[in-house]
Amino acid sequence: MNGRRDTVAHVVLILGALLFVIPLWLVFAASTQDSAAIARGELSLLPGGGGFRAYAQVLSGPVPRMLLVSLGMALAIAVGKIAISILSAFAIAFFRFPFRKTAFWLIFITLMLPVEVRIIPTYSVMSDLGLINSFTGLWLPLIASATATLLFRQVFTAIPDELIEAARMDGAGPMRFLWDVAIPVSSANIAALFVILFIYGWNQYLWPLLVATDPKLNTIVIGIVKMIAVETDTDWPLVMATAVFALLPPVVIVVAMQRWFVAGLTEGEK
Amino acid sequence: MERRTIFGHRLLPMILVAPQFLLTLVFFFWPAGQALWSSVSREDPFGLNTRFVGLDNFVDLFTDPLYQDSILRTLVFMVLVSALSMSIALLLAVFADRVVGGKTIYRTLLIWPYAIAPAMAAVLWVLLLQPRIGVIGLWLNHHGVAWDYHLNDTQAMLVIVLACAWKQVSYNFIFFLAGLQSVPRSVLEAARLDGARGWHRFRTIIFPLLAPTTFFLLVVNLVYAAFDTFGTIQALTQGGPGKATETLVVKVYRDGVVNLDIGSSSAQSVVLMVGVVALTALQFRFIGRRRDA
Repeated sequence: MNGRRDTVAHVVLILGALLFVIPLWLVFAASTQDSAAIARGELSLLPGGGGFRAYAQVLSGPVPRMLLVSLGMALAIAVGKIAISILSAFAIAFFRFPFRKTAFWLIFITLMLPVEVRIIPTYSVMSDLGLINSFTGLWLPLIASATATLLFRQVFTAIPDELIEAARMDGAGPMRFLWDVAIPVSSANIAALFVILFIYGWNQYLWPLLVATDPKLNTIVIGIVKMIAVETDTDWPLVMATAVFALLPPVVIVVAMQRWFVAGLTEGEK
Repeated sequence: MERRTIFGHRLLPMILVAPQFLLTLVFFFWPAGQALWSSVSREDPFGLNTRFVGLDNFVDLFTDPLYQDSILRTLVFMVLVSALSMSIALLLAVFADRVVGGKTIYRTLLIWPYAIAPAMAAVLWVLLLQPRIGVIGLWLNHHGVAWDYHLNDTQAMLVIVLACAWKQVSYNFIFFLAGLQSVPRSVLEAARLDGARGWHRFRTIIFPLLAPTTFFLLVVNLVYAAFDTFGTIQALTQGGPGKATETLVVKVYRDGVVNLDIGSSSAQSVVLMVGVVALTALQFRFIGRRRDA
């Protein structure tokens, strides 16, 4: 009985895994094939035919620059969001100050205003500030974060009073306490959040499309969509080699930090 | 959730909260306020004067059959994507929870797609479904099915539903698996002693215990389908053919960024904001959980 049930489980899970692995494999296979053959409708499931020509070509084109823009944007968003969220959560959790409640609610409400719903007005604000077509424009407006602030507030609120008392006895001021106690205590959350936010930053599409028309500021995701939007004479191996570079960094990070990030994502959900 | 022991400074916390606060003000409230203002005002044809027109933009919007179509289309799309993605993820999570060998490998194989960008999901699906180069697309055309999602409305909708649902499976899988793992062993043991097994055990015991997770995911998936699928749709169909895959967000983009109809696009933005507020309120009202990071 158990043996049979286990077989069913394996079959379902293998099919499920294939559902995701096959498209990825096809991307790799296509990247090593002959461009003309793919255009003729002879996409093979096996790699080969074109060798690694596409990779060499892609790496000598604009792709390294796109990767750099994506990396810079993802890092700036992840680090920026974590930094300003820690500071504001620390203030809200450990101090009493005028407008504390107001500040908290104003931050909280932004949860309800994703960029997709305020495309045009945000664009005009960006152009008033001269941030269109600048690298700063790619990341700065995206680092305000209600969810990260809420998360850190929750973590900080759980720090026992005794620790604060002890820190006070030692004559440690609030900033010392933040650096020596509050941040180390939340290091697991910071790691998990870093993965989630790096992916979030790397995968942005609408925002960079909106604020950066200069090809020099193309992220790798934007670059690929522009490549496939050209319906005729698409050099598919080239597109797919670029896709491999676009997929590799976030996939490696998710797989390498799987345990932390899964725990961080689902924590507080139970 | 208030702390008893706190630090006594007054200026310091305001400095600490300032960066977050300023960014929120400049990039959230200012544009949101402008959207509100533009949605109740109208510019003359020369762009010289702007006057208050009350709810005219909204009346125009909701009496426009194209907008009504887009609302309906978006709702259908949201439901299809959520249902498809969640049921596949639940199925996989149930088996991943109980399989004996290879647990870790299966998990990794089902979790890695979390890293795929919505726009990248489109690229991966092109190789399968594109009518002239895609493996499945070619096969269909060879076997008498006139497959081309650039021409056929239903096929276009099917393609974006598949690609968008596919991209969200791993996220749902992670949460369903966590939910299943928190089902107490004692409950399962008691069910086993009562002779409940298989489908019956799942339907009467496990699924009800998963209800909070399911509800949470439902809201997340509806929000995802409504707002985060822009990249996938833009890369696969650009909202076409015609308006066949023009969801509300694609329409805001087309009307505002492409056609520069500011009044209508602002009114549309406000409608979307109301939608997000409703969904978020629903979520916090019932479970008080965060949506994403």
